Amino acid sequence: MTPLLSVQGVTKHYGPHIGCADVSFDLYPGEVMGIVGESGSGKSTLLNCMAGHLVPDSGQVVFDTRGHGPRDTVTMSEPERRMLARTDWAFVHQHARDGLRMGVSAGGNVGERLMAVGARNYADIRAKATDWLGRVEIDAARVDDRPTTFSGGMQQRLQIARNLVTGPRLVFMDEPTGGLDVSVQARLLDLLRGLVRDMGLSAIIVTHDLAVVRLLADRLMVMKSGRVVEAGLTDQVLDDPQHAYSQLLVSSVLQV
Amino acid sequence: MTERAYNFAYLDEQTKRMIRRAILKGLAIPGYQVPFASREMPMPYGWGTGGVQVSAAVLTPDDTLKVIDQGADDTTNAVSIRSFFQRTAGVATTTATRDATVIQTRHRIPEEPLREGQILVYQVPIPEPLRFLEPRESETRKMHSLEDYGLMHVKLYEDIARHGHIATSYAYPVKVEGRYVMDPSPIPKFDNPKLGNMAAIQLFGAGREQRIYALPPYTQVVSLDFDDHPFEPSKADHPCGMCGGTDSYLDELIVDDAGGRMFVCSDTDYCEGRQAAGHKGKDAA
Ligand SMILES: Nc1ncnc2c1ncn2[C@@H]1O[C@H](COP(=O)(O)OP(=O)(O)O)[C@@H](O)[C@H]1O
Ligand SMILES: [Mg+2]
Ligand SMILES: [Zn+2]
Repeated sequence: MTPLLSVQGVTKHYGPHIGCADVSFDLYPGEVMGIVGESGSGKSTLLNCMAGHLVPDSGQVVFDTRGHGPRDTVTMSEPERRMLARTDWAFVHQHARDGLRMGVSAGGNVGERLMAVGARNYADIRAKATDWLGRVEIDAARVDDRPTTFSGGMQQRLQIARNLVTGPRLVFMDEPTGGLDVSVQARLLDLLRGLVRDMGLSAIIVTHDLAVVRLLADRLMVMKSGRVVEAGLTDQVLDDPQHAYSQLLVSSVLQV
Repeated sequence: MTERAYNFAYLDEQTKRMIRRAILKGLAIPGYQVPFASREMPMPYGWGTGGVQVSAAVLTPDDTLKVIDQGADDTTNAVSIRSFFQRTAGVATTTATRDATVIQTRHRIPEEPLREGQILVYQVPIPEPLRFLEPRESETRKMHSLEDYGLMHVKLYEDIARHGHIATSYAYPVKVEGRYVMDPSPIPKFDNPKLGNMAAIQLFGAGREQRIYALPPYTQVVSLDFDDHPFEPSKADHPCGMCGGTDSYLDELIVDDAGGRMFVCSDTDYCEGRQAAGHKGKDAA
């Protein structure tokens, strides 16, 4: 089987500082990969390199495109990359305000990706937006309200709806539950788990919260100082960590 | 009479050449916003300094200039721009659309169809149609270059969601030759159909924002819309009170203290021409 995403030797420096170094892995269709590690370990840098927000210093990010099979997204043209970003890829930001248009209604936020790929029937767009609000447990009556009037948890759910409405093949998430109250986090996690299962989503989820990967990820990579120190099936890594740093990470969480 | 203290049409030759290059580039890439080094003009921004600079760059001594503001030749703004070019360029002026070779306008396209050889110069306050939802210039430039225009329909979507129909009635966005999305300046959407396939050259100048864009003759211009909410060039549903015309854009005037109203052509020259030809509306004396 062809990997949906094949990351080869991705390295990114910020001046002399390492962002991430020599990261390689394959993600197969329908898989959810978790990336864990403490703050500053390079998780977001790696994610942004994969999603085309940052240009790696070296390495390849090969995506299995619908039209032309596996293509290195680092070297493809920006129009091609942007087209992927608004069709086959989705990106869920930690802070909903970074991923939403705060001055646009909930319906407009969800409908934007549809319109970006050519949807021109208002009634259809609105019906799809309303349907998606329902799927992320937002009352359809809020379709014309702006996200500024939503709670943090609702904003995050709206961001997820806005990203999933076009049926992306790969979802990048950066700390999707970060910054939310614990009870709100639990509800969001349940929702994400349902969507991942129902849609058969392929996803890469960055988090420092091991509970998130325990629930969502099939496989796990542990990062430290920009490098992957351990990788494997989620349960294996969490229950029987091999690397000293992974053991520390797991034990410190277990104490919480 | 030309005051010799000025160069022809006020601007120095080098500046005019720079503006002409921007105009030519704009004509070569219809709808694309060309940056230019806008000059200080002896009038405040908001008075059409962008349009004035474009007019100054295209005027020749043989031209006949018409200046309109919301369709009228006699507003303060129109009068002062006209007299500015009378003083600095010594060109002939007119209020008759058909006699003019260069027409500078704010907020209207004349009713009388323009012909080849004429130039219509628009005063533009905000050239960027995507500004409303994306304030970052770096981002809007990228959106134009990548034809990433989903946001434009988000604006129309929001209109319908809020008002039940597309409520945008001025500066209604258009797509030029299937490529660039363009702000036609704050003309009423009634005028949008005239933008496309026009025989005259259309030039747009934004002074404060330092942008020039253009439509060469016979360019395809399509107003954005949805399949189930098609673009409609609306106007007040009345005949003109003065000339009885039924197909021109109308201004609503309050005519007495009792709240009496009257609808009159916004294009003064058009209305007067019809009256001179014997057409009479119900409010005409
Ligand atoms: N824009 C930046 N400029 C300079 N250094 C950065 C920048 N972004 C991140 N870094 C550094 O790169 C390293 C990895 O950061 P990041 O990828 O944000 O880690 P994480 O997401 O795991 O917290 C850290 O040392 C961080 O300080
Ligand atoms: Mg991070
Ligand atoms: Zn009239």
